[in-house]
Amino acid sequence: MRRRGTVLRMLVVATTIAGALLTLRAWAVDPTELPDPRLQARYLALTHELRCMQCQNETLADSPVELAADLRHHVRDLLLQGKSDDEVRAWMVARYGDFILFRPRFSPRTAWLWLAPGVALLIGAGVCWRIVRGRAALVDADREPVAGDDTEAQDTRG
Amino acid sequence: MNRFALPMAVFVALVVVLAIGIEHSPQKGIIASPLIGKPAPPFSLPSLADPVRAVASADLKGRWYLLNVWGTWCFECRAEHQMLLEARDAHALPLIGLDWKDDDAQAREWLTQLGNPYEAVALDHSGSTAVDFGVYGAPETFLINAQGIIVYKYVGPLTRDVWTNEILPRLPPHAAARS
Repeated sequence: MRRRGTVLRMLVVATTIAGALLTLRAWAVDPTELPDPRLQARYLALTHELRCMQCQNETLADSPVELAADLRHHVRDLLLQGKSDDEVRAWMVARYGDFILFRPRFSPRTAWLWLAPGVALLIGAGVCWRIVRGRAALVDADREPVAGDDTEAQDTRG
Repeated sequence: MNRFALPMAVFVALVVVLAIGIEHSPQKGIIASPLIGKPAPPFSLPSLADPVRAVASADLKGRWYLLNVWGTWCFECRAEHQMLLEARDAHALPLIGLDWKDDDAQAREWLTQLGNPYEAVALDHSGSTAVDFGVYGAPETFLINAQGIIVYKYVGPLTRDVWTNEILPRLPPHAAARS
């Protein structure tokens, strides 16, 4: 009797979870489905790399505000018109500026942004190299046989 | 002492560069519009006063005007309304309203209650014209010259300070003199 109650309870819990998972799609911010799965994939990629200008730290895909819904609608229309990803990005940048791109384009204005990590890495590598070479030189200097003390120098090598 | 001189110098240089960046970033927190200095996006929308008529950018060519993006759902628009009425009474240039994704009846009621500062109000039900103008939050105000070029944009409720120090000085002498 008791065991059957437990099984029944587990069954109820399992169906509730399954039901919740099934309806999850309906709760998503953006229910847009494009007819062509390839277009749908590009739509999802684009809406995930464009910024919601109102919330500013959310992507168009994640934002529930009305402006984001409007901009998603424009992305959808542009893709259905046969525009390329770059053309969609350019359309958005013409209106809202580079700020709308979560992945900024390489331009004279953003060059430092893209190059700075590489430059920092090079500087870091240079510093490391100098330190390592300095230490190696110290070790080499230690290994130099000290004049008049041959035996000890050989001991350390052995 | 000498070991720390270089890292310290680098650190100080970094602080100075960042401080300059923060201090001089144009209008902190405000996103610069790429449309400044470019032709205003063309629009032709139904007029609030008479939906059969259109408010069209083509008809506004040859005059300077302020395009004010607002909506009755916009809390801050109420805050700038008094300033808009003052701007209208200055007779420096016409104000054109862009009623963004709004209910027509509520918009009419708003203008009856608070006063109508606009020469004409264009109804942007779909929000497409606002998107073409790169609007991301009402209220926003665009100063457009006689050639249809966007000369200046202000985001947020219009203040007397912006009106006297940013908008009036940009107007051609004869228009500003009338204010």
